[in-house]
Amino acid sequence: MSLTILVFAKQVPDTANVTGKAMKDDGTVNRAALPAIFNPEDLNGLELALDIKERFGAKVVVMTMGPPAATAILRRALYIGADEAVLITDRKFAGADTLATSYTLACAAKKYGAFDLVICGRQAIDGDTAQVGPQVAEKLALPQATYVESVEDIKVLKTKKTLRVKSLIDGGHEVAEMPLPALLTVAGSANIPRPPGARRVMQYKKAVTLSELQKLHGDRDYEDANQLAADEERLRKRDLWIHEWSAADLGADMRRIGLSGSPTKVKEIESVVLTGGDYEDIPATDEAIRGLVHDLIEDHILS
Amino acid sequence: MTDSKRGNVWVFIEQEGGQIADVSLELVSKGRELAKELGVSTEGVLLGSDVSGLAKQLHEQGCDNVFLAEDNELALFSAVPYTKIVAGMARDMNPDIILFGATRVGRSLAPRVASELQAGLTADCTSLRIDDFEDKITKKTLRNKLMQIRPAFGGNIIATIVNSWDCPQMVTVREGVMPLADPVKGRQGDVTRIDVKLEPEDTVVKFVERIRETSENSLKNAQVIVAGGYGVGGAEEFKLVVDLADTLGGAVAASRAAVDAGWIDHDHQVGQTGITVRPRLYIACGISGSVQHRAGMSESAKILAINSDPDAPIFSIAHYGIVGDLKTVIPKIIEAYKARV
Repeated sequence: MSLTILVFAKQVPDTANVTGKAMKDDGTVNRAALPAIFNPEDLNGLELALDIKERFGAKVVVMTMGPPAATAILRRALYIGADEAVLITDRKFAGADTLATSYTLACAAKKYGAFDLVICGRQAIDGDTAQVGPQVAEKLALPQATYVESVEDIKVLKTKKTLRVKSLIDGGHEVAEMPLPALLTVAGSANIPRPPGARRVMQYKKAVTLSELQKLHGDRDYEDANQLAADEERLRKRDLWIHEWSAADLGADMRRIGLSGSPTKVKEIESVVLTGGDYEDIPATDEAIRGLVHDLIEDHILS
Repeated sequence: MTDSKRGNVWVFIEQEGGQIADVSLELVSKGRELAKELGVSTEGVLLGSDVSGLAKQLHEQGCDNVFLAEDNELALFSAVPYTKIVAGMARDMNPDIILFGATRVGRSLAPRVASELQAGLTADCTSLRIDDFEDKITKKTLRNKLMQIRPAFGGNIIATIVNSWDCPQMVTVREGVMPLADPVKGRQGDVTRIDVKLEPEDTVVKFVERIRETSENSLKNAQVIVAGGYGVGGAEEFKLVVDLADTLGGAVAASRAAVDAGWIDHDHQVGQTGITVRPRLYIACGISGSVQHRAGMSESAKILAINSDPDAPIFSIAHYGIVGDLKTVIPKIIEAYKARV
């Protein structure tokens, strides 16, 4: 069987390693000071796709919506094992909330054509919303499984493909069957993402988008359109071409993307100030610890 | 009260097997408060199979009306049919606000409903209030909007988010954040039955197995919690955390790093992607105190941090701190406690 799997990934600031300097004096986030990383649970999504590829046969296409710099995670996905990569980029996408983002990603999935699965990480660490996956599923009218732990089986009966999937539920798990195409969101506990392969790094480090190709030739602009086309053809043949799609390429309704397609607005941002209040340092000695336990019992904190 | 069908505050009632989720009852309490301020009604949205008996509990908790959608296909939560029912109702009746618990169910359903309604949705709110909002782009002042307050950027900032469109204002709210009001015995309310019409394509997802651990994790209501983080060092060392909890009559919790390391299961995870707790005493062992973890425990009445790193952020929110090795400190606490009782 040959399946087509779309994996949606996001480049995010590494919020787990925010230092004091990462916050500006006015309390806003200094994105420039935060390293941009591959959203961790999207790596779990990619790993699940690669696991399906190894077990059932599949083409794995990684897509990201973001600024041109997000091409870095697409190259990383190719190093890890993806077959094809798509950068969805346009200034018009800026300021998108989850509703506008899911619309844009759904447009990209439709533009790609036929697919069997869409896989997303459960949530991105910059927003922790977990909303984009189910919203894309709704827009593409796909059944969904969220918090997926593993794909148990994929069966084909004539032209009908059926997926059996295990997901976490509150206090346990459930196994469900659904027809493909479907959308899955994958939690961090599902698997351990594989590292990039050295040979793949050598192979794909030259993979570029159209913008990057033009920039590489910055000093001697492509005056000759034929030369550009020839370079593109050469890269495509070697699978080193990263697709780059704009809002116009997607045929997107401009009212539904970016800021204008986003109902939610940020009214106010406050930086979090840690407040300890009364703090008592207890030395790690028998006597001090006895004193602490005594006080906790006296104050009815311990019984 | 104005038109009873429009502009009300809705609460999605999560239930399984006739047991209403705690977070839904907390949200009914909060929803009633918001509805009172707006001069509208509080309505529960109850889906399931054979769940009409729960209406009384919802009336007593604070629902003026309970929408009841019953069907065998709704017995277990399934995203597609649940979305169809809830979104269909919202389109017909235009609630002003819809509150969902930020549980696995709420976080799977609310985005899908919001997408279908093309409405805004804010995840994991920790506080909600009513205020006016001046839209800087349109220069219009929107009256009585829901201020949706949540941590973002891994908890480094607190953002106030407003839904500026004319559509239901939808949020998910974490369990344990909104206080539960006392139910009023005998309070009466309405029940409105919803016609459930499902097509075969709405029920293509079939559940073949479902396991819920019966041993109810007592973390949420524990007065004393002993939590271990990555600094505990290993599965063997994690037993010290369990021993301390057992000795003190408390519950065991963990940071995400300890869960990811496989030392304890996910049910015990406290933090932004786990459970929110507010015990009388929270003992953080080998937990650095990432913002994500603090989001789930910073409301604890007293926090005791034990860590070998004196610069660990956890000390900045702790009331008591012990800088030292857990392997010597924990046995000392156990010994001191046993000597006292």
